[in-house]
Amino acid sequence: MAAGAMAVASLPADAEGMTRRLAPLDAQPHVQPPMDAPTKDLLMAAINSARMAGAAFADARVGRTRRNFVITREQQIQQIVDTDTIGCGIRALVDGCWGFAATRALTADGVAAAGREAVAIAKANRVARDRAVELAPAPPLGERTWSNGFTIDPWTIPVEQKAELLLKANAEAMKVPGVKYVSSIMFFVKEEKNYANTDGTVTAQTIVRSWAPMSITAISSDFTDFQSRSNTVPPAGRGYEHILEADIVGNAKKWGEEAVQKLKAKAVEPGRYDLVLHPSHLSLTIHESLGHPTELDRAYGYEANYAGTSFVSPPEKILGNFRYGPEMLNVQGDRSQPGACATVGFDDEGVIPDDFLIIRQGVVNDYQTTREQANWLKWWYDKQGQPVRSHGCSNGENWSSVQFQRMPNVSVLPGPKEQSFEDIIAQTDKGIAIVGEGSFSIDQQRYNAQFGGQLFYEIKGGKSVGMLKDVAYQIRTPEFWNALDMLGGKKSYQVGGTFFDGKGQPGQSNSVSHGCPPTRHRQINVINTGRKA
Amino acid sequence: MTSRFDPSAPKRLLTASDELVSRDEAQRIIESTIKLSKADAVQVNIGGGRQRNVRFAANQMSTAGLITDLSLVVTSAFGPKHAITTTNDLSPEGIERAVRQSEAIAKLAPDDPESMPALGSQTIRAMPSAWDEATVNLDAASCATAALTALVPARANGTLQAAGFLQVDANVTALGNNAGLFAYHRGTKSNYTLTVRTADGTGSGWAGAEQPRFSSIDFERLGARAIEKAELSRNPVAIEPGRYTVIMEPQAVGDLIQLFSGYADARSADEGRSPFVKQGGGNKLGEKIVDQRVSLYSDPYDPTILADPFDGEGFPLVRHDWITNGVLTEMQYGRFWAKKQGKQPTGGANNIVMGGGSTTREQMIAGTRRGILVTRLWYLREVDPRTALFTGLTRDGTFLIENGKVTRAIKNMRFNESPLFLLNNLESLGPQERVAGVEALVPCVMPLLKVRDFNFTSLSDAV
Repeated sequence: MAAGAMAVASLPADAEGMTRRLAPLDAQPHVQPPMDAPTKDLLMAAINSARMAGAAFADARVGRTRRNFVITREQQIQQIVDTDTIGCGIRALVDGCWGFAATRALTADGVAAAGREAVAIAKANRVARDRAVELAPAPPLGERTWSNGFTIDPWTIPVEQKAELLLKANAEAMKVPGVKYVSSIMFFVKEEKNYANTDGTVTAQTIVRSWAPMSITAISSDFTDFQSRSNTVPPAGRGYEHILEADIVGNAKKWGEEAVQKLKAKAVEPGRYDLVLHPSHLSLTIHESLGHPTELDRAYGYEANYAGTSFVSPPEKILGNFRYGPEMLNVQGDRSQPGACATVGFDDEGVIPDDFLIIRQGVVNDYQTTREQANWLKWWYDKQGQPVRSHGCSNGENWSSVQFQRMPNVSVLPGPKEQSFEDIIAQTDKGIAIVGEGSFSIDQQRYNAQFGGQLFYEIKGGKSVGMLKDVAYQIRTPEFWNALDMLGGKKSYQVGGTFFDGKGQPGQSNSVSHGCPPTRHRQINVINTGRKA
Repeated sequence: MTSRFDPSAPKRLLTASDELVSRDEAQRIIESTIKLSKADAVQVNIGGGRQRNVRFAANQMSTAGLITDLSLVVTSAFGPKHAITTTNDLSPEGIERAVRQSEAIAKLAPDDPESMPALGSQTIRAMPSAWDEATVNLDAASCATAALTALVPARANGTLQAAGFLQVDANVTALGNNAGLFAYHRGTKSNYTLTVRTADGTGSGWAGAEQPRFSSIDFERLGARAIEKAELSRNPVAIEPGRYTVIMEPQAVGDLIQLFSGYADARSADEGRSPFVKQGGGNKLGEKIVDQRVSLYSDPYDPTILADPFDGEGFPLVRHDWITNGVLTEMQYGRFWAKKQGKQPTGGANNIVMGGGSTTREQMIAGTRRGILVTRLWYLREVDPRTALFTGLTRDGTFLIENGKVTRAIKNMRFNESPLFLLNNLESLGPQERVAGVEALVPCVMPLLKVRDFNFTSLSDAV
């Protein structure tokens, strides 16, 4: 459901070159070493105990998640936090029922006890079972390793260096007349994931993600208005090189000036406008209106009690039939885009994720799946001549969270014509161009959504004629995507994302990215949100 | 991954089942950790928990689990430099590593001009009734049995689909520092939510409850309520969005009113960025901001909604009356801002209680010529921080009231509304209830409310 703050950076079209320029000369992409023997012993102790207790299938994840935060405002450090959590989560399938147990007791006895507990829970639930859970096959992978290829480990950068960079950026923003407050954060995550299942798959992988958002606030001299420029830099599945490339010190003044300009912006006149959406804005709209509705568990009602179901349902009527948008709309699910937040080598049930087209030429072609769910679409895959296999969307937030279907990177593919955000504005007569993500809300079936933004520009006669404020647009998802009439090309493609996509009970956060070119949508309903009473 | 996963080592201070540490154990761990410290000031927090859960959906069992964890937080300070390290490796080596790591980071940190001295010993009243041993020891079979209270009638009906979640937590929190402070609290919580949908996808009903004791949750009653709402909400009709008189059930009130706590911070108002900014500068403390029948307070010892009695620094939380007779009587002051402004620090709000009234649900409906009955709200997000304006939608049971009667189910609608506008448009207040829903991040006791001019801006086809 909720994507937390999302924003966007330039696509790694030339990122490799930049990485080489900005990283220390000896920095090389991280290479994952083989799993150490004690960790493998623990995984085996866990799955063997579950199997001995009666599990038909079991898997275990020994995971370590480290987080590092540096939090500042103006010229002050507010807090520096380093967190570290390690443990083992074991899942057991017994007679078609799931059980899960998680423990921080990383001894052979500790994980074996958790394995037995997972089986006991599965057995206790048998009384309430209806249909048995069946897993789609996944080929045993043997022992494998993977890393997301970060070049600078954020844990090798001294904290004073991180603080200095943030405080410098804050100072640059504060130089802008009218800017009163600045907050900025660096946020790093390192996941060391070790996995084994009773099919014969043993994987070890390390994933690093980095984020450094700022929020700059300008306040009018009479205290009747305040405006902020936020969500300035998106998260990425990369190391400290991502922070360096974002150049927050170099950009802070521009962001500060934008906050001040918002104070003087004209209030929007409600009505229908052609919207030209920058990738830094559109990634969140994609997340809510394309990503979530095409999760197969939602489509079958498995999230009804919390995040909700989906209008893209039932799959039996939707697949190959439902027109989501025009022919130019192609939407890909993947966990392979370099530097994207959901990119992994293996998912949390031993599957190597594949790239798949969720929407092909405007028509729904597939859903996001796990091994449990892939079987539900057997009829469709058979009809398409495709193997029945999971797309590798199983993920648990950490060792203590049971894995389930989470969103891969879901991206709108660029169009064949090479055109930019500015090129699309130049072809628009009366519209609003929107940059950056703001407020967002969408119903539990993903029909009705309302989105704000960071910056709004009035378009008249192909030109941006000034800034607007109090803008939000309301959509009905299928109409919005069918109103798409222009797409940028490959060079205009950018990736945004979030660390905080919430789903499930108990709630879990997932990191995910969305790539897209700029788009234009005709005659979308715009409201003015500047109410006073 | 490091070799600290060596199964043969190390000797641990605690065994796997000790995540629910006793007061004495907590004090021992905290004191031994403080002894390792070389910092000017050190604070050690412990958080332990055991969570049992079961989930079902589409009339099937889904996932179920038992999760145990215990973590240690070390905050080290050298003068105005400070840093925090958290670990769940409570071996002697793990604890030592966390202490050294927090010290190393703190020494490198720039000075924090707002850092405050550690709190000394505090008087914190114990809260034994927050803990229920039977809830702590609940087994998996009891959870499965609870799920059956919804699954059995839904399956038997043949046209209903049940989806629900039961989570039972036992949590321990403790902290101490080298200035003589020690605090300990433990509590249990059972939260159950249930959504029943009609198989044709045209109706959906919801019910939920939250209580410290598992035995206090009436699963059958909640099942019946969600099923009744699902049946009544079949085949909703569209009505024109606009301003309507609305009767909001306590859950819906809580979804919106709990957002108040995010704006009660005095500093944001004093800085000019809050709905409580006074024109020309300063905050609106002491001003009438909403209808005079509104009272809003936080109190961790309120027997209807017990909460942790101290915050993460060990600051004792007591009753604070944020709104009294419609007047903003208190705002939240952190320790630094209170000192700067010459005020008393308040700590945050671990719960929110809104006072109720004597109008019954039947009276509210009977007195409504045309209005809308709302079960709960969904996906509330801030649209304008200047007015605390939020957008969101109705969900799982939205009904039209005509000439004093609930007449039919209507389609859900999106609104753009502020809790502050809402509390200025009050018609009547009804009985209070502890709410349980997922949109209420702060535990709430809320009344049934009738308000006028609630601002619906568009229709949703979502059921």
